[in-house]
Amino acid sequence: MFEILGIPSSALFGQLLIGLINGSFYALLSLGLAVIFGMLNIINFSHGAQYMLGAFAAYLLLQYSGLGYWPALVIAPLLVGATGVIVERLFLQWLYKLDHLYGLLLTFGLALIIEGVARNYFGSAGLPYIVPESLQGGRNLGFMFLPNYRAWVIVASLTICISTWFVIERTRLGAYLRAATENPTLVRAFGINVPRMITLTYGFGVALAAFAGVMAAPIYNVSPQMGSELIIVVFAVVVIGGMGSILGAIVTGFGLGVIEGMTKVFFPEASNTVIFVIMAIVLLVRPAGLFGRRG
Amino acid sequence: MRKILGLATLVVASACGGANAQQVTVKVGVLSDMSSLYSDIGGAGSVAAAKLAIADFTKANPNVKVELISGDHQNKPDIGLQLANQWYDVEKVDLIIDTPNSGVALAVSQTSNAKNKVFVVSGAAASDLTGPKCNANTVHWTYDTWMLANGTGKALVKTGGDTWFFLTSDYAFGHALERDTMAAVEKNGGKVLGKVRHPLNTNDFSSFLLQAQASKAKIIGLANAGGDTINAIKAGAEFGIVKGGQKFAGLLVFASDVNALGLQTAQGLTLTETWYWDMNDANRAWTKRWQAERGAPGKFPTMVQAGVYSGLTHYLKSVVALKSATDGKAVVAQMKKTPTDDALFGKGSIRVDGRKLHPAYLLEVKAPSESKYPGDFYKLRATIPADEAFRPLKDGNCPMATG
Amino acid sequence: MEQRLSDPAADPHALQRSTLRGNAESIGFAIMVAALVVTPFFTYPLFLMQAMCFALFACAFNLLIGYVGLLSFGHALYFGWASYLSAYAAKAWGFTPELAILTGTATAALCGLVAGLLAIRRQGIYFAMITLALAQMMYFFALQAKFTGGEDGIQAVPRGHLFGVIDLRNEAAMYVVVLVIFLAGFLFIHRVVNSPFGEVLKAIRENETRAISLGYRTDRYKLIAFVLSATLAGVAGATKAIVLQLASLTDVNWPMSGEVVLMTLVGGLGTIFGPVVGSFVILVMQFKLAAMGEWVLVIQGVIFVACVLLFRRGVIGEIANWLRIRL
Repeated sequence: MFEILGIPSSALFGQLLIGLINGSFYALLSLGLAVIFGMLNIINFSHGAQYMLGAFAAYLLLQYSGLGYWPALVIAPLLVGATGVIVERLFLQWLYKLDHLYGLLLTFGLALIIEGVARNYFGSAGLPYIVPESLQGGRNLGFMFLPNYRAWVIVASLTICISTWFVIERTRLGAYLRAATENPTLVRAFGINVPRMITLTYGFGVALAAFAGVMAAPIYNVSPQMGSELIIVVFAVVVIGGMGSILGAIVTGFGLGVIEGMTKVFFPEASNTVIFVIMAIVLLVRPAGLFGRRG
Repeated sequence: MRKILGLATLVVASACGGANAQQVTVKVGVLSDMSSLYSDIGGAGSVAAAKLAIADFTKANPNVKVELISGDHQNKPDIGLQLANQWYDVEKVDLIIDTPNSGVALAVSQTSNAKNKVFVVSGAAASDLTGPKCNANTVHWTYDTWMLANGTGKALVKTGGDTWFFLTSDYAFGHALERDTMAAVEKNGGKVLGKVRHPLNTNDFSSFLLQAQASKAKIIGLANAGGDTINAIKAGAEFGIVKGGQKFAGLLVFASDVNALGLQTAQGLTLTETWYWDMNDANRAWTKRWQAERGAPGKFPTMVQAGVYSGLTHYLKSVVALKSATDGKAVVAQMKKTPTDDALFGKGSIRVDGRKLHPAYLLEVKAPSESKYPGDFYKLRATIPADEAFRPLKDGNCPMATG
Repeated sequence: MEQRLSDPAADPHALQRSTLRGNAESIGFAIMVAALVVTPFFTYPLFLMQAMCFALFACAFNLLIGYVGLLSFGHALYFGWASYLSAYAAKAWGFTPELAILTGTATAALCGLVAGLLAIRRQGIYFAMITLALAQMMYFFALQAKFTGGEDGIQAVPRGHLFGVIDLRNEAAMYVVVLVIFLAGFLFIHRVVNSPFGEVLKAIRENETRAISLGYRTDRYKLIAFVLSATLAGVAGATKAIVLQLASLTDVNWPMSGEVVLMTLVGGLGTIFGPVVGSFVILVMQFKLAAMGEWVLVIQGVIFVACVLLFRRGVIGEIANWLRIRL
């Protein structure tokens, strides 16, 4: 066994893996933001609140209809995604002709409302949710003990990220989507219902956030404020990656998870600021972000 | 639907008011966090506790009229301070009680001193309130950081938990908890094998837990609070920390946190509290009334809320003895002079520095199989007598204690 | 085309009415000063002083969003850090209040310069996210730094003697000082907005590419505006620390950044009086809502949504539009 900077390499492998798991959440969330931004040109400030809604939906499903983790993983995103569709129809659709910042302000207001209501009904301490039976326990990888649930997080997150990327970049539907962001009038001329496409895209982005929320429920505190702290870090991830590409959001998400994980070993006090520092450096060197186009 | 009284005043007037010529009128303000992080440990539950205290007291003392108002400081020291000032100056409030969040509590403590009113702290943890920042108008009731740190540290070392690793929230509060616990551990012959300082609101603790695991310490001390504590314990259950023989010691954990974790995850966690609803019949009976008043049958009162009841009761007793609530310093002096005695905290006393003294309990969270009914969270591991539970007077650096 | 974030220019008669406009602004100013002189006799002076600090904070923020079109979501950084440094200077170093406020202000200016250099590299939504992220980073520094006292904050800050002479523990003296600071800040912003420099800023807001093609180095203008805004936010924060005699994490955390946006939005983006009215409205509301406790957050959110959907001009903007004047 050799050592790197005083830390045994085996421990370092473990930390690397943990960073990757943490990055899964960044990737899922920044992916949702990127999808919404790409279509609607709105930065969805309520993304954190919708992530929280996903976790709460999982709890409520278990509590009131006895539906466990696996059904929740499908149903919760659908439910929360449906609320996203309503939000888009009720509020967001009136803002497309205005300055993009209005979208940010509106979704910020929505985030406050969602968080406030959740706190009124469920209190601030949080709700219990345990790891599903089928994923309890873990295996010894030699260099670390890997809980099964964490392994599942990586697999699920990678699967979702890659399929999303595939749909948007490699299929006909994705081609329409991308075309509609560039030139909605032209796409409409092909007989495609662009407003509906926009609505569904927002719903999908929100569902991604809710999916991340369900994934988080068994391992992180399920509380009304779970999203609002996280979302700011995800914003920094998004600035670093640039909104240019779906792939960019995914790669930066995982990458920054790893970097943050490493910081937790070598300089834990800075593990929450390291992403912001990287953001500052990236802005100095590549203002458009690592994968972004200037704009 | 929970109802907050707010500034609308509740007048708990005795039915036979006026029959006695010597009527005393008192106005009490519950200043708490109703909408933010600490709303579960204080908040509407504290208001309910205050109402019960007033109801009980006026029943026994019909010549006392107590008005109650409540307000939400929203965890913002400036709002808390503004409210306190306005209550004292305009609303003519005599006593402010509860007030979680040490920033708000320290600010209100000063105002109470300057305006010669009374401040009974139940919700805030800062031991500075009876330390360097003590004053003649403030009584610190339920608990403080020193007591939590010392209680948990000492009792665990004595029962075999003699090697420690700390996960410390990296700011003043966490540092204080860590420092005080370390002192208690080392003084009692334990050893601190290592520590890691994590930022506030860390989501993922697995990395820190691997470091704690590698240290082979018997006890992992959590010098943090709220969401951080919950995240750490959740990750710990997942990584098999407790199954591997290590134990978590929560240095600031409330029943609401245990509820948020669920017993499955929290089992084996050790913590210190000064009041637990299921400790005896008196507490259980009070809890029933509290649940009815609160309109929340599934919720259980925290020690902070019980402290509001107990503190308010003792305050009212002292006011009656003086027949006036106007001179805050005199009331507090009277409170310190008389021994305390109430249904929830039993017999106790208040020290010259404003510290209320009562026993503390080292509790361990039950496994799901041991828990027989909702709210059946803890088993009692040890009782720390009142004279050992709190920081010795001489160590507090309170100016009132030295001269 | 897109409606910009602040849209006072929607009134085509604005130019013809420039004299009327000058009058309206003077009248508005007179009413405001009169109100601020008279009200302390009726309400709580400490509350008014705090409200004036927030009003100045919102005006400073408005300078950036209303006149340059840059939405900073991290203005708590300058407000909060200025209040920490001002409190610390007064308490630990024994500075007189004017020096303490200057210390806080200088801190804010410095932070503004660094953050501005980074943030103006991107526009629009990115700008908002960058300012938010930088502010969050500085929040963590404030949390972890020893001198800020963590959750306890810096308490019992002495108000001291202004210039070593006037005792500010006297509520009336303190009130006058805050009033003077607020009015000076307000007039300064008014001056900046109506100067040739301000005209360039508005040109950048309307169409940055055209401003560049006209030969303006827009980055430099934006940076100066950013630093000015941060500095004035600093004045507000530093003064507040002296008035309330405390500095706490609240002022540096992200909800504060959101609150100042809300104040300005409610009052009217890009109007001179809007932020003042907005901050008073929001503060009174927060204070009254202290009784309603649990619903504070929800109500703030509803106001946000309502403002964005229905009253984009804000209170003052709607009034001005109705009277066809500029305020």
